Amino acid sequence: MSEPPGAAVSVTEAPPQADTPSPQLAAQRVLPLRRPGRWIATAVVLVLAAQFVHGLATNPFYQWDRFGYWFLRPAVLDGLLITLEVAAYSAVLGLLGGILLALARLSKSPVLRAVSWTYVWALRSIPLIVVLLFLYNFSALYKTLSVGVPFGPAFFSFDESRLATDMVIAVVGLSLNEAAYAAEVVRGGILSVDQGQHEAAAALGLPKGYQFRRIVFPQALRSITPNYVNQLIGLIKSTSLVFYVSLLDLFGTVQSMGSTYPGDIVPLLLVATVWYLILTSAVSVVQFYVERYYARGATRSLPPTPLQKLRAGLTDLRARIRREAAV
Amino acid sequence: MSTEVLTAEVLKNVAATVEVRDVHKWYGAHRVLNGVDLTVRPGEVTVILGPSGSGKSTLLRVINHLEKPEIGHVSVNGELIGVRRQGDRREMGVPPAEGWGRLKELSERAILTQRSRIGFVFQNFNLFPHLTVLDNVAAAPVATGKLSRAKAQELARELLVRVGLGDRTGAYPRQLSGGQQQRVAIARALALRPGVILFDEPTSALDPELVGEVLAVIKDLATSGTTLVIVTHEIGFAREIADRVVFIDGGRIVEQGPPSEVLDRPRHERTRDFLSKVL
Repeated sequence: MSEPPGAAVSVTEAPPQADTPSPQLAAQRVLPLRRPGRWIATAVVLVLAAQFVHGLATNPFYQWDRFGYWFLRPAVLDGLLITLEVAAYSAVLGLLGGILLALARLSKSPVLRAVSWTYVWALRSIPLIVVLLFLYNFSALYKTLSVGVPFGPAFFSFDESRLATDMVIAVVGLSLNEAAYAAEVVRGGILSVDQGQHEAAAALGLPKGYQFRRIVFPQALRSITPNYVNQLIGLIKSTSLVFYVSLLDLFGTVQSMGSTYPGDIVPLLLVATVWYLILTSAVSVVQFYVERYYARGATRSLPPTPLQKLRAGLTDLRARIRREAAV
Repeated sequence: MSTEVLTAEVLKNVAATVEVRDVHKWYGAHRVLNGVDLTVRPGEVTVILGPSGSGKSTLLRVINHLEKPEIGHVSVNGELIGVRRQGDRREMGVPPAEGWGRLKELSERAILTQRSRIGFVFQNFNLFPHLTVLDNVAAAPVATGKLSRAKAQELARELLVRVGLGDRTGAYPRQLSGGQQQRVAIARALALRPGVILFDEPTSALDPELVGEVLAVIKDLATSGTTLVIVTHEIGFAREIADRVVFIDGGRIVEQGPPSEVLDRPRHERTRDFLSKVL
C-alpha cells in the first residue's frame, strides 16, 4: 500500500493492527508445526530395530560363521539355480497359459468360456502339492502318452518315463497351477481397459490380433504387472514344494544338508531366507521399472526412479539449508 | 517434395455415398431405431440433430457396424456393410425376387476391412494413451498393411500439421488439452483416407473455449469435399457447414432438408420444440 518499501523487511517496527494480509505478514516465515508424536514414534521404532539387530548379531543360536560358510557353497548355489530355473520357466509358461485362458474366458464361444472357467476352478481348488504328486505318479497311471483318435489309432506316442524328468514334472505342475491364477490376473487387466479403447480399435478396422497385442494388452499390463508380480513372488516360494518330487532346489538342498549336518539347521534356514529375500527384492526392482515403462502415457509425467528421487531430495535439502542459513 | 505428393494423396480420398435403408435397432425391449432411411451423397455434409436418447449416436454406430441393426441395411459406396449377398444372380437375368440371393453375415476380418474405409470420431476421443500422438495417427495404416511404417509416419506428420498439431507429434494424448486430443483423433481417422467420416458429438466433451478449434478442423474437411456425417448440438455450426440437416426423434427421422429449411422454418412441432430448447 502506501508503506515505504523498507518497512516490509523489518517486522518489529510497525506491527499490523489486524490479521489482514500486509507486507509485514508477507515477509514473515511460517514456523512448521512441531510434531512430538512423530519423534516419539521414531525413537520407539529405532529402539525396537536396534534390539532386533542386536539379537540377530549376538545370539549364538544363529551361528553367523556357519551362515557365511554355507551361503555360497556350490550345493546351495546349485539349488538356487534350480529354484531360478523352475520359477522362470513356470512364470513364463504360466503367464502364457494365463493369457490364453483369459482370452478363452472373454471370448464369445460358450465352449471356450466353459473350458476356461472349469480349468481355473479345478486348478485353484487342488493344492499345488497334490498336483505335483499326481504328476509325479503320472507315469505309473499312464505308461505312454500318445496323440491320436480317442478309442482309435494313435499317431505318436511318447514313453512317459523318459519325457517326464523331475524338472519337467516340477515345471509342468507349477505352470498348470500358475496359469489358473494368472488367467484371473490377466482377465482383470483386460477388463480394466476402457471400453472406448476397444471401440476405437474396432472403428479403425485394426486387425483383431493387432488390437489385442498393441492396443489392449499394453494398457492391461499396467494393472496386470503388480498383480502378476505378487503371483510371481508366491510362485518363487512355491518352488520349495518341488522338493517333494525329488528335485533339489534351494529349499530342498538346505533341507537335505540340514539332515546331514543337524547342528547347522538354523544357519541353513537363514541361508535360504536370505536368498529368497534377495530374489524377491530383485523381482521388486524389475517390477518398478516394468510398471514405470507401462505408465507411459497413463500419467502426465513418469514416476521418478530412486536415483532421480535421491537427486531431487538432495537438491531440496540443499535449498532448505540455504534458506535456513539466510534467515 | 515427397510431403507434397502425400498431401495430394491425402486430399484425394474419394468421397463416398452412404445409404441407410429401413434400419431398426433394439436394445433389449427398448427400440432405439425405428425404420431409418437416409441417403448421404458424395461430398455432402449431413448434420444429425435430435434430443438425447433419440437414436442419433446409434444411427452413426450402425453405419460403421459398431452396432448390428436387427432389421435393415447400410451400404457405403454401394457395398453392404456387415453382410454379403450369396448367390446374387441378377446379372444372369434372374429376376430380383429370386436373384438377389441370401444375405450372409460377413466375417469379422471383412467387417474390419470395411470399417477401415469409414472414419469415426468419438465424443471422448478414445485416443490410445500409451502411444505418442504420431503413433496414434500412424497405427492404422501400418496395422492394416496399407503403408510402411516410415510412410505412415510421414503421412501422420502431414495430417498433424493439417490439424495444427505439427509440433506435438512426440507428446502422449494425456499431455494434450481436450481440443488438441480431438484434433489428433480427427487426424487418426483421416490416416486411412476414408470415403466418409462419422463424428459422434465431437465437441460435447470439450470446454467451451476449445470447441472452436475442433469445429475449424471439421470445417476444413467439409470444404475439401469429404463426405461427413456429424451428430452435434452446435446448431450454429450446423447452419454454417451442413448441406443437409436431419432431425431425429424417437428413433425416426422427423424431417430433413437444407439448414435454411429445417433450422429456420421447421415444419414439425417436435423440431420446433427441440430448436426452441437448444437455441
